[in-house]
Amino acid sequence: MTRMRPTFRRLVASTAAAGLLVLAGCSAPATPDGSPGGATLVVATSDEPDALNPVLNYGVDGASLIFDGLVSRDGDNRLVAGLATALPELSPDGRTVTAKLRDGVQFHDGTALTAQDVVFTYQAVLDPTVDSTLRSDLDMVESVTAPDAATVVFRLRYPYAPFLQRLTLGIVPAKLLSGQDINTARFNRKPVGTGPYRVDSWTPGDRLVLTANERYFGGRPKNNRVVVAFVADDNVRAQRMRAGEFDAAELPPKLASGFDADATYRVQRVPTADYRGVMLPTGNAVLADPAVRRALNLAVDRAAMVTGLLGGAGEPAFGPIPPSSEFADPSIIGKPTADPTAAGALLDAAGWTPGPGGVRVKDGRPARFTLMYPASDTLRKDLALAVTADAKKIGIAVTPAGLTWDAIDPRMKSDALLMGYGTPYDPDFVSYKLFGSTFAGQGYFNPGSYRSEVTDRALQEGRDQIDPALRTAAYAQFQKQLAADVPWLFLTYLRHTYVLKSSVQGVAPRVEAHEHGVANSLWWNIDTWTRS
Amino acid sequence: MTRSPRLAGAGAVVRRRLLVAVPVLAATSVGMFALGAASPVDPAKQYAGAAAFTASEENLAQLRANWGVDDPLPVQYLRWIGNLVQGDLGWSTSRHEPVASVLAARAGWTLLLIGVSLALVLVASLLLGALAAYRRGGLFDRVLRTAAYAVQSMPVFWLGLAAIAVFALALGWLPAGGLTDVTATSTSWGDVAHHLILPVAVLAVSQAPWFVLFVRDAVAESMRDDHVLAARARGLPGRTVLFGHALRTALLPFLTLVGTHLPELVGGAVLVETVFSLPGLGAVTVAAALGSDFPLLAAITLVTTAVVLAANLATDLAYAAADPRVRLDG
Repeated sequence: MTRMRPTFRRLVASTAAAGLLVLAGCSAPATPDGSPGGATLVVATSDEPDALNPVLNYGVDGASLIFDGLVSRDGDNRLVAGLATALPELSPDGRTVTAKLRDGVQFHDGTALTAQDVVFTYQAVLDPTVDSTLRSDLDMVESVTAPDAATVVFRLRYPYAPFLQRLTLGIVPAKLLSGQDINTARFNRKPVGTGPYRVDSWTPGDRLVLTANERYFGGRPKNNRVVVAFVADDNVRAQRMRAGEFDAAELPPKLASGFDADATYRVQRVPTADYRGVMLPTGNAVLADPAVRRALNLAVDRAAMVTGLLGGAGEPAFGPIPPSSEFADPSIIGKPTADPTAAGALLDAAGWTPGPGGVRVKDGRPARFTLMYPASDTLRKDLALAVTADAKKIGIAVTPAGLTWDAIDPRMKSDALLMGYGTPYDPDFVSYKLFGSTFAGQGYFNPGSYRSEVTDRALQEGRDQIDPALRTAAYAQFQKQLAADVPWLFLTYLRHTYVLKSSVQGVAPRVEAHEHGVANSLWWNIDTWTRS
Repeated sequence: MTRSPRLAGAGAVVRRRLLVAVPVLAATSVGMFALGAASPVDPAKQYAGAAAFTASEENLAQLRANWGVDDPLPVQYLRWIGNLVQGDLGWSTSRHEPVASVLAARAGWTLLLIGVSLALVLVASLLLGALAAYRRGGLFDRVLRTAAYAVQSMPVFWLGLAAIAVFALALGWLPAGGLTDVTATSTSWGDVAHHLILPVAVLAVSQAPWFVLFVRDAVAESMRDDHVLAARARGLPGRTVLFGHALRTALLPFLTLVGTHLPELVGGAVLVETVFSLPGLGAVTVAAALGSDFPLLAAITLVTTAVVLAANLATDLAYAAADPRVRLDG
């Protein structure tokens, strides 16, 4: 390591470099340093990672800027080869994956990437003494071995069709971490990867400074430096964006729309797989009635929520698979506006008759339930209040309750909850546990204890079958069954909103997951951004 | 002996205070652990963040076992004390780094912010308060009091955002936030000072009304004391009477109250740090409290307690220096 201190030495070095350039004459080819795009780009986010180590959950879905996985994703979220020479293939039984490593890839410290590094990375995640929550996602891995320096073989406990999607995990150098306690390693603050940027410095709570990796196998970044500023407060981030400090910043929709009229800025509203909905527990006597759930599904005005609460930065949601996914089934899409007449008719037919105070009653039980939401989340609060108002119109009394998660957790079996999550990558990722009956009542997995044999079978098919056509059919059935059973009231998909300076070029938004911060945000391809 | 006789016995007082400090710090840390144990928050879920929705119960249980947070409270406390004696403050579960390095990286900025603001507030409030009291009911007095009441009613957060809107956005004189320029390659003192002007000013202004109004009332009161009237009657110049006699009398209760006002200053600093995106202790303290991060909370509590005890000691010593009637060795 010959990192220069920002002192006299740097001055000497840059003077010497400038002198050399002059000596080389004007015939020297234009370097990226000289072009306007070669400058520093500054982006701002609220979401600061705890540790810059993929084993400890940093950028596990790729686009981590510092690391690369065996595979990565293109602008349409399609898998493409990363550190592997080609997209690896799943064996016909769905239990073995063999990946060949690209030749000549180097870590930032100059050492060569080998299969041993890949093996080390995955074994570290699976090690119970390592504080990694990623372990739950790699349940299926039985073993990972390196038959030679350029080959990695994964053996799975059970067939798992979307396994390649799990190979976006960044690879860490075994040499720098083996024999150390990964939870406390200095590496987590000053990591070494293979990615387009190396870490220059990280001041927690302030900023992360990245410099271009000259030897990046995917080509040297078009800019020299990227600074990620961590600004937790939304208003402050908006103010500093306006002061011209940032090239791009993530902002809530309402603050972002303040930049719409200004030509020096551009607002990007990026589609996501990040949904918000109401989990309707079967343990609640009122919500256990499918007629009530279906009536609520008809009564909510999704279009009004998108325009009124999200400032237009969203889409109505009808299921957990986003419309942008190849697995999305268009037949489940209903009316974006409310239909209280149809909802009322459903309730009438099911025996819920108008009672005192406008609240319907059946067998002496009033149509009344509590809707919990995390008190600190203003969007979920707004959505909960909107659902309450819509339900009131069809004679269902909802009591909204803003609580902390520790107060919410023990009540999830019997009280409705405004939840949100979602990834665009594979329908299996979240839905298998969220709607599978084997996970009923297990923490945040299927907290409402939804049980359906059809859904279980479809989810299992989607996981077992390698054939894409069979998977598509299975997930179509899954979505239809959910739409019929309504274990959740899906409300909206969010759009993540960003404000950019108009001079920034090369921005290519792609469908985002719930989680986005340093990694996997609008700046997933910042190595190709330039400033005009 | 060249030492001022007024501070005679200061050494004994310091020793006695240190002896008291040990049980106070121990009691504070026990109380902190007990409060933490009563908190229903699961540190593993807090650590997992959004991944808590995809992590299995078994996975979360492994994390808790790795940290030993499910052990009985006395076990956790004794382990913490044992490590503390060896100079190890423990591992912060919310920041995911050693507590010592969290403090080392952040406490300095918070102390700098509070220290400079406090110095500014003290000097400004003594000067402005005394001047207002000298011509009580005059134009300056009325303007100052109106301004003080107006500022008092403004939340620190709002004041900070307004200062950014005016000085950073409209006028462009000062940076809107951060510790250094976002594109700076190093942390230079000049850059930091430039970035600290607004936060220090906002914190000082937000805390000033209380001090200014207090000084004004106290000085106005002592302007009617016999010895001040006597001084005026002797025809001493107004400046000498005001600063040499009246202000000095008013200084004594003021010193005591500065100590009690410290916690409010710390609270204001937390908000200012948030508004100006400064990497101080404020944000991590909130995160530690929300995430049941015992080791970090305990360390921050201990440091804060030690600072308050030291401030009280300093106040008493200052009191002794200012008032000849107070004797430390009594």
